[in-house]
Amino acid sequence: MPTLLRFSTAGSVDDGKSTLIGRLLYDSKGVYEDQLASVAKASVNSSGGVIDLALLTDGLRAEREQGITIDVAYRYFSTPKRKFIIGDTPGHEQYTRNMATGASTAHLAIILIDARNGVLPQSRRHAFIANLLGIRHFVVAINKMDLVDWDRAVYEAIHVEFTEFLRRIGAPEAVFIPMSARDGDNVVELSPKTPWFTGKTLLDHLETVDADEDLAAAPARFPVQYVLRPDLDFRGYAGQMASGTFRAGDEVLALPARRRTKITRIVTWDGDLDGVHAQQSVTLCLADEIDISRGDLIVPVDQVPHVARRFRANCVWMNATALEPGRSYFIKHTSHQVRGVIRSVNFRMDVNSLERVGAARLQLNEIGEISIQTHHPLYFDHYANNRITGAFIIIDPLSNETLGAGMITGTEGKEEVRGQVAEGERSARFGHKPAVILVEDMESAYLLERELFDRGANVAVVGVAPVNALSLAAVAGLILIVTSGAASAIDLSGIATHEAVQQLERRGVLISQEELLIEGEGI
Amino acid sequence: MDHLDLLEAESIHIIREVAAEFQNPVMLYSIGKDSSVMVRLAQKAFFPGRIPFPLLHIDTKYKFREMITFRDEFCASIDARLIVHTNQAAIDGGANPIAIGTQKCCGLLKTRALLDGLAAGGYDAAFGGARRDEEKSRAKERVYSFRDEFGQWDPKNQRPELWNVYNARVDKGQHIRVFPLSNWTELDVWQYIGRENIPIVPMYYAKPRPMVVRGGSLVSAEQEFMLLPGEKTEMVMCRMRSLGCSPCTGAIRSEADTIDKIIDEMKLVRRSERENRVIDHDQEGSMEIKKREGYF
Repeated sequence: MPTLLRFSTAGSVDDGKSTLIGRLLYDSKGVYEDQLASVAKASVNSSGGVIDLALLTDGLRAEREQGITIDVAYRYFSTPKRKFIIGDTPGHEQYTRNMATGASTAHLAIILIDARNGVLPQSRRHAFIANLLGIRHFVVAINKMDLVDWDRAVYEAIHVEFTEFLRRIGAPEAVFIPMSARDGDNVVELSPKTPWFTGKTLLDHLETVDADEDLAAAPARFPVQYVLRPDLDFRGYAGQMASGTFRAGDEVLALPARRRTKITRIVTWDGDLDGVHAQQSVTLCLADEIDISRGDLIVPVDQVPHVARRFRANCVWMNATALEPGRSYFIKHTSHQVRGVIRSVNFRMDVNSLERVGAARLQLNEIGEISIQTHHPLYFDHYANNRITGAFIIIDPLSNETLGAGMITGTEGKEEVRGQVAEGERSARFGHKPAVILVEDMESAYLLERELFDRGANVAVVGVAPVNALSLAAVAGLILIVTSGAASAIDLSGIATHEAVQQLERRGVLISQEELLIEGEGI
Repeated sequence: MDHLDLLEAESIHIIREVAAEFQNPVMLYSIGKDSSVMVRLAQKAFFPGRIPFPLLHIDTKYKFREMITFRDEFCASIDARLIVHTNQAAIDGGANPIAIGTQKCCGLLKTRALLDGLAAGGYDAAFGGARRDEEKSRAKERVYSFRDEFGQWDPKNQRPELWNVYNARVDKGQHIRVFPLSNWTELDVWQYIGRENIPIVPMYYAKPRPMVVRGGSLVSAEQEFMLLPGEKTEMVMCRMRSLGCSPCTGAIRSEADTIDKIIDEMKLVRRSERENRVIDHDQEGSMEIKKREGYF
């Protein structure tokens, strides 16, 4: 049986995005004849060609009249190998929220670049948002190659420029494909016009890319949706496995009760299972009578998530009314909904320059980092590690509207204290103690920096250590990575990044997740 | 997990969310194949318990007789609570597609009846079996589709919907239409029916039936008032690709008398399933207009 791939596209009126999707649907027979006929008779037909493939995907009346796509539209097609779900979104800056929505469930993003125009801000914006929303696979479709006479140099120049851009924003490497969506070159069939192109066609790549999410390998997380008690003999906890694997007999911890118990049965309509994997919807039965209700989280005893009321998150604001620090909102996170206050907007990201800008509020379609405090603790992972347990939405308690989307990046200290910031507070916020670390060369320095930074660390590479490196690190709560010159540095030279992180955990520089749990628990 | 496993798990998650978060949900049951799949998913979601909400059928009284027979037998066999609502006043007033036209007829017997039926039960969430691949305006509909006090949909002002986190908050009088099959295609539905052995109305299977051949389409002779002067019925090997009211639902010529043959036919077919539904084509963008007004 075929597997499933969800991907997102973004683009504006002229870059050929709708044509590309129309081409995929048309060539894979995802469009029916009568739908083609209704496109032909539609009252607005912008390009007047034989078939305007773009009209197949521009759904609503208002959009047909204006000739633009203004909302997320979902499209479906399948081949014998895979079923595809496209989250198709507009590309203009004022539709950032739609792009984020389309990317939230996608495993892969297609970034469209018009070969005539090269890399425009909107392609960069799309890649930035897709990366922010946790997409790990990128395809860069360099479209309208026919209009630059299939000039390989044009393709190569865009390839180099965009690869550098993706590296800068920390996105994974992309697959580049030169194409003409209008004529179908390199979409489904390899084009004779690009003998120099050695890659796969777009469809071939979509059919074969291994886009399994890391969710399978992540720690097991089971948010309880619904308690099933059909009679006195049965009590089960229904939910969809967010990540990882549980097996019958596994010892587990129920949060927030922190009670240990065992999984006795994994129940489904089709019979009991031995094990349950990420994304399966099942019902768990447990050995002990514990008070568990909707919104609770069942986890392995040795892989506990963060439990905290205060945390930081990247936020995409989606409402015309700006985000106001100090206001109370509903925070909905997995099957758990709590009240929360946005304590501060820490900075705003300029999506075009990719620079952090100071900001007191977030306006519609703006992206920034916020600090939140909830009335009850949430049990969560960092979004970079888990796209389900690291995500939440912000709901207006008055209008009931969905105002924003959040991706958790780290925990914060617990007490509201006035005056001087203590060393312990910095450690609690950053999740580590100050340190100076010696590594072999700049390459391993940057690898380690990225690893620590993604965990929420306050970390910087300085190369040759300044004389007062250690006191500097202590004052600012910093981890400084140096390649030479510090006498009292922790020497990790010649050790792989992964092992270096483990060493730092063992040495107590990085505070383990267990300690953070205890810290949040008393709240 | 193959694509059907993933779709199933996602739909069950949606159904459980609604049952957990709303006071008084109801599942709209149209007797068609999509409803059959949706009901099976609800059975799975609450196993070993029973479905914790009623099924609501909006009966226009123009449904095929075979559909009503199937409905009553099926609902009894799975121990579901079935509620039937009809706009009896409109039918008594002579509403039928010939007398008042298809647009008005649908408006009274489906849209009005649905809104009245939902209001009568005080439901704050109503599951529907609609899929995004059915029709262009549905492609942008959310899984949780907000309806105001008048049951209307505002396509320009939909709530953003990210990940699998749904916003279930409504004020009194408003409700949410929920589409657990949003990401299913017609082919997925048939493959799932085949895999799970789900009972469906026999009209989906081809057999010789008395039909009127009118132009390129096959019209059921079940409602005699629909016949034009001089028209005669003849036996035609055919089946229904989607089920609606008998005056407005055509059949397709087909030899597909098993699920496997239907799936093979689906893979070859080059025409969409709503093509034979007169009401979708009565004006440009007609489904979107009906939906804004509150139609399912």
